[in-house]
Amino acid sequence: MSAPLLSVKDLRVGFATEDGVVQAVDGVSFDLRPGEVVAIVGESGSGKSVTAQTLIGLTRANNARIEGSVKLGGEELTSAGDAEMRKLRGEQVAMIFQDPMTSFNPVYRLGDQIVEAIRAHRPDTSKKQGRQRVVELFEAVGIPDAERRVDDYPHEFSGGMRQRAMIAMALALEPEVLIADEPTTALDVTIQAQILGLIEDLNQEHNLATILITHDLGVVAEVADRVLVMYAGKVVEEGTLDEIFYDPQHPYTWGLLGSLTRLDRPRPHRLPQIAGSPPSLLDLPEGCPFRPRCPHEFSKCPECPGLEARLPDSSDHRDRCWLTPAEKREKRMVEGQIGLEAPRGVGQA
Amino acid sequence: MARFVARRLVGMITVLFAVSVIVFVVFMVLPKQNPAQTLAGKNATPILVKNIEEEWGFDESLPQQYLSMMKKVFTGELIQYSPRIPVLDLIVEKIPATFSLTIGAALIWLFFGLLLGYLSAIRAGGWLDRILTGVSIAGISLPVFLLAPVLIYVFANKLEVLPNGQYVPFEEDPVEWLKHLILPWVTLAVLSIGFYSRVLRSNMLDVMNEDYVRTARAKGLSERQVMTRHVLRNSLIPVITLFGLDFGATIAGTAIITEAIFDIDGVGNYAANAVAKFELPPIMGVALYGAFFVVLLNTIVDVVYAYLDPRVRLGESAS
Repeated sequence: MSAPLLSVKDLRVGFATEDGVVQAVDGVSFDLRPGEVVAIVGESGSGKSVTAQTLIGLTRANNARIEGSVKLGGEELTSAGDAEMRKLRGEQVAMIFQDPMTSFNPVYRLGDQIVEAIRAHRPDTSKKQGRQRVVELFEAVGIPDAERRVDDYPHEFSGGMRQRAMIAMALALEPEVLIADEPTTALDVTIQAQILGLIEDLNQEHNLATILITHDLGVVAEVADRVLVMYAGKVVEEGTLDEIFYDPQHPYTWGLLGSLTRLDRPRPHRLPQIAGSPPSLLDLPEGCPFRPRCPHEFSKCPECPGLEARLPDSSDHRDRCWLTPAEKREKRMVEGQIGLEAPRGVGQA
Repeated sequence: MARFVARRLVGMITVLFAVSVIVFVVFMVLPKQNPAQTLAGKNATPILVKNIEEEWGFDESLPQQYLSMMKKVFTGELIQYSPRIPVLDLIVEKIPATFSLTIGAALIWLFFGLLLGYLSAIRAGGWLDRILTGVSIAGISLPVFLLAPVLIYVFANKLEVLPNGQYVPFEEDPVEWLKHLILPWVTLAVLSIGFYSRVLRSNMLDVMNEDYVRTARAKGLSERQVMTRHVLRNSLIPVITLFGLDFGATIAGTAIITEAIFDIDGVGNYAANAVAKFELPPIMGVALYGAFFVVLLNTIVDVVYAYLDPRVRLGESAS
C-alpha cells in the first residue's frame, strides 16, 4: 500500500459562540491515498462539511479553535500560514460544493471565473491561454459546444452542467486531492448518476485522491473505497465499502442503511427512519452521543467507547459501540434486513 | 443589449409623456381660476390676461390646449410674464450652478460613502467599524438646515477660510468656484455618505456569506481579491441603483434647500422663488425639468444595472 497523500490525525474543530463552544469536529482521523475515494457520511450537523473545509483552512476564524494534525505530502497544514494555505487551495487541493446554483458568481462569465482560478496560481497565463484551457476542461467534463459555452453566464447553464463546470474548475490546475462536498445533493437523480460517473472516471484517469462528503449512502455505494460514518462530530464507524454495507457494526450505521429505499426489496409498510434528531452540539449527552436515539442502549453506554477494531479479522474496520460482534450481528437484523428497530419508549409514532 | 436599451428609451418617453399630461392637468385643468390669470401673475393687466388667453388657446378643447402647451415647452416659448423672459433660457442659464453643486456633491458622497462602507465591512465588529458606524449615523441624523448654518458659522464667520455662499462660474475663476462650492458640497454630501456607507456595509456582509465567495476562497484567491472582485463587485450593484435614483432626485429638487441657504443662483433657487411668488410658467418649467432628470437617471440606472448584472438582461436569448 502506498504512503498516504493526506493524513488527518485527531482533528478537532470548535467554534466559540455566545452559548458556549460548539465542538463541530471531535477527533477525526483518516488517511487518503492517491486514487482512493474516502466517503464521509452523516446527517446535517454531523461535522462532515466542517471537517472537509478545515482541511483547506476555510474554517479559520477568530472564534474557531482547530487542533490535531492535517498533513498533506508530509507538510503540516493546521499551523501553515494563510498565504501558504492560499497557494495550496485549487493548486493541490480543489473543492467542489453542494449547490452549483449558488457556487458561481452570477455576474461573471463561467470561463472567466475558471481563468481567474488558473491565474491565481499561474499569473503569467494569458487570457487567451486560460480560455483555451477552459475549453479543454469543458470538453473533458462533457459540456457540449464548449467553445461557445465558456462565454456563458452561470444562469445560462442547467444545474447538472453547472456542476460539470464546477468540476472543470476543480481540475483546472490538476490537483492531487479533490474534496467533493455533497456534489450531487442538489441535482436530479439521473444527473446525479452522470456526475458520479464523471467523478469516478476522473478519479481513475488522474489518480486523484477524493474525499466525498455526503449524506446519501446510495452515492457512497457507487464510488467510495473507504467510508467514515460521522455522528455529532465523531467518527462512529469506519471501514471499507463492503465492511460498512455488509457488516456494519454501529447502530447508527444500521439506521442509515435501513432507511435506504431499495427497489429490489419488498416495499416497507412505512419508510424506516432513525427516530429523533441529532443532538445539539452545545448539549451532548454523556457517553455515546447516539445513546438517546439508540434502541440497544445498555449499562455501558454512559461511557463513550473509543474508535477501535472490535472484529478479530479486520484491523481497519473500527467502530464506537460497546455491543459484542455477536450481539451486533443479531440485533441489526430487522425483518430479515439490516436496520435499526424503533427505540424503546419512543413508540411506533 | 441594444434591444434592452431601446426598450428602456421607449419606456422613458412614455413616462415623460405621462408626466407632461399630469403637469397640464394639475396646472391648467384642475384650478377653478382662469389659467390665463394664473399664468399672467399677481399684478397682471387685463390686456395681458386677454393676450395669454388667446395665445394659449383656452377657448379650445383640452387636447388642443395640451398640444399648444407642449409646443411652447419644446420651442422655448414658455415664458414668465413679469418680466418677460423665456423659462427655458433661465433654466439653461442656471444649470451650471446646479450641476456644479450636485455633481460635485455626488462624487464626494459616492467616494466617501463607498470607502467608509468598505472599510467598515472588512473590519466588521472591530473598533474601526464601530467608529465608522457612529460617524455614519451622526451624518445621517444631521439635517441640512442645521449642518449648513454650523458650517457657515465655523468656516466662513469664525475661521474665515471659506466664503459663506454664492456661486462663481468656473470659467470666471476656477479657484473661487471651488472655494465657494466646498461648504455646499459637504452639506449636501454628508447625509448620503452616512447612508451609503451603511448600505454598502450591510450588502457586503450579506454577500460575504454567499456560496460563491467560499468558492472564490477555495480556488486560492487572496483575501483582497475575494473582497474586491467578488464581495465588493456584487455589493455595488444595488448601491449603483440607489445612486442613480438619488442623484436624479438631487438634481430635480433635493438641492433646493442647499441652494437657498448658500444663495446659489441655481435651478433650485429659481424654483423656490417662483413658488414664493406663485409664478406658474417657471413652476411648470422646473417641474418638467425635474421630471426629465429623474426619468433620465432611472433609465440610465436600468441600463447600468443590466450591464452589471447579466441576469437582468431579459428578452435576450442565451446567446
